[in-house]
Amino acid sequence: MSAALETVGLQKRFGGIVATDDVTFRLEPGARHALIGPNGAGKTTFVNLLTGVLQPSAGTIRLHGEDISAMAPERRVKRGLVRTFQINQLFAGMTPLETLGVAVSERMGHGYEFWRPAGSKSAVIDEIVEIATRFKLVDVLEERTASLPYGKQRLLEIALAFACQPRVLLLDEPAAGVPEAERHDLLATVAALPRDVSVLLIEHDMDLVFSFAERISVLVNGALFTEGTVSEIANDPRVRAVYLGESLDG
Amino acid sequence: MQGTPTDIATRHLAETSRWKPMEFVFWLVAFGAIWLLPSHHLILNEILITALFAMSLDLILGYAGIASLGHAAFFGFGAYFAGIFAIRVIGDPLTGLVLATLASGALGFITSFLVLRGVDLARLMVTLGVALVLGEIANKMTWLTGGADGLQGVMMGPVLGLFEFDLYGRTAYVYSLVVTFLLFLMARRIVVSPFGLSLRTIRDNPLRARAIGIPVNRRLIAVYTLAAAYAGAAGALLAQTTQFVSLDVIALHRSADVLLMLVIGGTGYLYGGFAGAIVFKVLQEVISNWTPQYWTFWIGLILVILVLIGRERMNHRAAVLWARLRGKPEPRPRTIVGGH
Ligand SMILES: Nc1ncnc2c1ncn2[C@@H]1O[C@H](COP(=O)(O)OP(=O)(O)OP(=O)(O)O)[C@@H](O)[C@H]1O
Ligand SMILES: [Mg+2]
Repeated sequence: MSAALETVGLQKRFGGIVATDDVTFRLEPGARHALIGPNGAGKTTFVNLLTGVLQPSAGTIRLHGEDISAMAPERRVKRGLVRTFQINQLFAGMTPLETLGVAVSERMGHGYEFWRPAGSKSAVIDEIVEIATRFKLVDVLEERTASLPYGKQRLLEIALAFACQPRVLLLDEPAAGVPEAERHDLLATVAALPRDVSVLLIEHDMDLVFSFAERISVLVNGALFTEGTVSEIANDPRVRAVYLGESLDG
Repeated sequence: MQGTPTDIATRHLAETSRWKPMEFVFWLVAFGAIWLLPSHHLILNEILITALFAMSLDLILGYAGIASLGHAAFFGFGAYFAGIFAIRVIGDPLTGLVLATLASGALGFITSFLVLRGVDLARLMVTLGVALVLGEIANKMTWLTGGADGLQGVMMGPVLGLFEFDLYGRTAYVYSLVVTFLLFLMARRIVVSPFGLSLRTIRDNPLRARAIGIPVNRRLIAVYTLAAAYAGAAGALLAQTTQFVSLDVIALHRSADVLLMLVIGGTGYLYGGFAGAIVFKVLQEVISNWTPQYWTFWIGLILVILVLIGRERMNHRAAVLWARLRGKPEPRPRTIVGGH
């Protein structure tokens, strides 16, 4: 069976910096996989390459066996590859309702309909409400996104990815800035995705990583340092040295 | 806030597309002016055409976030097309208008690929460059455009074969008003559609728009083409109702003025062009009467103040003041048709 998402010899240079260094990686179908690594290891760059925000300097990316290395970002989304951003990327002048609505409409193929008011399709409305409920956004649906408290914006950031109905979901530090108490809720929502959705989670909070992931990859200086099951990684002294040790000290 | 979340969502989305009372008032006044302001039809016609032109810019600037310093390229192209068509083919206004609109849209479609290439400053320069190039072409092709002397001898037939253009501008105003109103209705429908919403995501954050599957470039091509067609229609109306076209229609100052009007009137709610065109024209009349040399000084000053203080804050303050006067709760910042 082909991997949900796979890279071969993926590389990205920024001038002299090698931000992604010959990464060969497999995300299995239905995976609950975490990607960890110290600050500046190249995790976000890796996601940017996978989603087409950045073009790789070398290497191949395959989604469900199909080479998507040169495909436009929005076409990757249509094929089910969806991400969230480490730093919120939202539509400041729009409401959460409009934001989710636009994503749902687009996914259902209504993006070019210009003669019908948005929101006149009950299937779209139902789905917006369903997602908003799951992410506790119902009471702020009509607020302008820019005026929402940070926590709600963070939830909208994740909810927006869900509205695209991912088959492969890449989460770049989704819990960053979310209060301790709500982090597990958030991850529980992610874990509750259907088993045929494959998830790659980037996260610094090791508690979250250990409770969510089944496999863990460690990225250091742009290169894959090691990969294994949760217990393998947790007990790997080299990982402790480069990563866990660091974060415990810090 | 009452009802189930589904009701709230349905209502909220319906609300953005529903007509506000002020909109009815505005169009009633515009149509009422046909009978009530017979001696001002010439200037009203001019304001209306400028407003339509500004609205076309709002489609790309206010909704999709593309700033243009060369939007007069399409206005001018539409004007020349309509003028030349009347001279060389037939003088029927509607045929000329429709063809000029389509041709301007086609020009917008072609040039949209140039505009797409860059971001912000590069885009601004490309729009400016396209307008300059077209302006120079119009200047050099004297045999077709009349060059610096302008296009002479435009003779328009009656509208629908019934209404001759008259010296007082009555037919002109009614004709421009009906066309502008129809184009406005269309634009108003488009901006609240799923397509229109997707444009606003591009304006706010193209990176995220792509990440939720919106084909950003294609949407921008579509709206740029549409805006060019609208600008061309405005240009054609000017050529037909004044029966004259000069290089002025495509000049840099026309692009700059329309941008200025839109900023004065506010972007992203379709009426900004109308408000801006009216304020601009009135200010121009008042200030020029008072102190003819300094007209641009004052309009420049107003522009700087508007941009620095920020329209949104000013509008919000006005709304708060209004609410206090009427003893109602203070409103949240909000606008008529989406946008901000
Ligand atoms: N657009 C860019 N241009 C130049 N260098 C970049 C660019 N983007 C990232 N880098 C560099 O690439 C390296 C990896 O950055 P990246 O943001 O991918 O790390 P990260 O693992 O996501 O870090 P963090 O945990 O802090 O989010 C860093 O040294 C960064 O400075
Ligand atoms: Mg990062």
